Amino acid sequence: MTNHCAKDILTMTTEKTYKVPTMADMAASGEEPEILFWVGCAGSFDDRYKRVTIAFVRILNHVGIKFAVLGPEEGCTGDPARRAGNEFLFQMQAMSNIQVLNGYNVKKIVTACPHCFNTLKNEYPELGGNYEVIHHSQFLQGLINEGRVRVKDGESFKGRRITFHDSCYLGRANKIYEAPREVLAALDADLVEMKRVRANGLCCGAGGGQYFKEPEPGKKDVNVERVEEALSTGADTIAVACPFCMTMMSDGVKNKNKEDSVRVYDISELIAQGQGL
Amino acid sequence: MEIFQQILFVAALAAVAWYITKRVRLISRAIKLGRAEDRTDHPDERLKTMLLVAFGQKKMFANPLVGVMHFVIYAGFIIINLEILEIILDGILGTHRLFAPYITPVYPFLINVFEVLAFGVLAVCVVFLCRRFMAKVSRFQPERHREMARWPQTDAAIILIAEILLMIAFLTWNASDSVLRDRGVGHYGELQGVVPDFIISQYLKPLFTNFSDAALVAYERVSWWFHILGILAFAVYVTYSKHLHIALGFPNVYFSDLQPKGEMQNMPEITKEVQLALGLPLTTEIDGSQTNDNGEQPAEIGRFGAKDVQDLKWINLMNAYSCTECGRCTAACPANITGKKLSPRKIMMDTRDRLEEIQHGWKTNGPDYRDDKSLLNDYITAEELNACTTCQACVNACPININPLDIILQLRRYRVMEESQAPASWNAMFSNIENNMAPWKFSPSNRFNWADQVND
Repeated sequence: MTNHCAKDILTMTTEKTYKVPTMADMAASGEEPEILFWVGCAGSFDDRYKRVTIAFVRILNHVGIKFAVLGPEEGCTGDPARRAGNEFLFQMQAMSNIQVLNGYNVKKIVTACPHCFNTLKNEYPELGGNYEVIHHSQFLQGLINEGRVRVKDGESFKGRRITFHDSCYLGRANKIYEAPREVLAALDADLVEMKRVRANGLCCGAGGGQYFKEPEPGKKDVNVERVEEALSTGADTIAVACPFCMTMMSDGVKNKNKEDSVRVYDISELIAQGQGL
Repeated sequence: MEIFQQILFVAALAAVAWYITKRVRLISRAIKLGRAEDRTDHPDERLKTMLLVAFGQKKMFANPLVGVMHFVIYAGFIIINLEILEIILDGILGTHRLFAPYITPVYPFLINVFEVLAFGVLAVCVVFLCRRFMAKVSRFQPERHREMARWPQTDAAIILIAEILLMIAFLTWNASDSVLRDRGVGHYGELQGVVPDFIISQYLKPLFTNFSDAALVAYERVSWWFHILGILAFAVYVTYSKHLHIALGFPNVYFSDLQPKGEMQNMPEITKEVQLALGLPLTTEIDGSQTNDNGEQPAEIGRFGAKDVQDLKWINLMNAYSCTECGRCTAACPANITGKKLSPRKIMMDTRDRLEEIQHGWKTNGPDYRDDKSLLNDYITAEELNACTTCQACVNACPININPLDIILQLRRYRVMEESQAPASWNAMFSNIENNMAPWKFSPSNRFNWADQVND
């Protein structure tokens, strides 16, 4: 499976080798990828979220999308620094990333992190970085609609109840509410909604730099409040589309001692499971 | 007697007009304390937003029942004001129901519409009082939200009771007038056969059947004067009250943010420094707002971020004056829900309180007076700012597109960039990003190691 564009990949079920080409590799061989997959810091370093990165890369391989990653050339978009108030650091990060991206003549970026997504899409243009930026939920939705991703061969979701937790930077920030839900609708599971959803969705508690510090004094942690709401739907799976939501919801489930009966997955992991990847 | 009333009326009208003009000037001067920012772009989109959100009250219908109730008061306010025109002209000219003989066929219909709305306003105000003080809707309770203690609750009660009294005055005035017309007393009788009974006030007529003619005329005059002076006094009161949203709500929505909610505003002054630091060519456009005619930077270099109201943008300050303290922002705030000190409503109320403190300073110590207080620390604490998850739920919840988050982020910028007062773990995160290109302490050379596991 060396040719990423080969259509017959779909029919190959044995001896899969997934490849992760870098932009540097591509440039060296004079190629240009269809998309740049922006992995993000959590996708690169967080053990739990690395599995999401891998699931998404497997889907990209399986469908035969010509993609590349920046690998070691990627750096934090600067989102947490900016929201914490450190505009200098944010702009330093943004400028160096833009130099790299523009150096490779990147046109189209897909990312699994809504914070990277929001920053790349809405905040880099003013600093000279103009790209078509797509969140992986939208990208997966496109693949499903085109029939390029079919959820079969893999795990059955019959009888399972999934509830989707809206990420603030995907939902309210960028009004993407339907794409992740349509992706989940491709699985034959029951989708159940929490009370506070879409524009009224409750934050997981990690945004605005909160992930990187202890919460301020209060009665409760935000993620516990949100997980209680998720558990009240009777779902056995909490689907997320953001690395920070992933950690916060997983911790909340543990806090409620439900980690044996309730799992937290990224939407791309569920699709990969459904495809048997 | 007649002419005395006319003189009194014109004098009252002039006094109120003068006083409100003074108030408007003062408030507009306070709003202009904020930093300049052009918000006249995309007029079509802005107009559309204003029609939907302000005129159409779109966001109020998030809770349809409350939306309908608020719409009744809003429609009543706008439409009943048409009747004020006749009342004012009657007052100036010493006439009685000036328009009735000229528009006889539609006159009863118009008054009936006003009466139905007046009754609706009255009923809804009673329901709103009950919701706030008896049903104890959580977002209004000072026991739960410290910013609601004392004045905000009194303010709310004054507004609702004033509206109830004004509507009672309007309806009973019509009723007493109808009885006088029936009895053919003085000039009231002249409209007999021209003006019929009205849809709501006809049921109030029995209240007045035992009144003597003189007592009825007295009630008619008193209720007329109470109604119109009440409205004028209310108009003055509004400029001191959270109720200012009835006027500022419209421009506030027109000038509200058009960009996606997740987008944080860029700081061009920093772009320049970063480009210099990285040895990149400068791209910051030289425009009038940044430079003077010689292309030089203005002498007064602003702070990074905001410490006080003068550092905020004018729209942030207009937001503060437009806030009616409904608390939908705070009820949606994850930090507040979980018991943290942050309340987006308090951010807006603090901003207005600080502005009013400055106004007070102008009055007592002259227009150039500066005190040594600031919005940050004296009003809003670090603990509040640090609790924000930037989730934009407050921005989304506001029925008139107020943005408390924008103020929070500007204050955070000041704390971090001017005072180096970030929490220690944020400083660790910053240095990790600076040194490792990630917010954690991982070597950047390991960034691509995940790919080794892709075939496991």
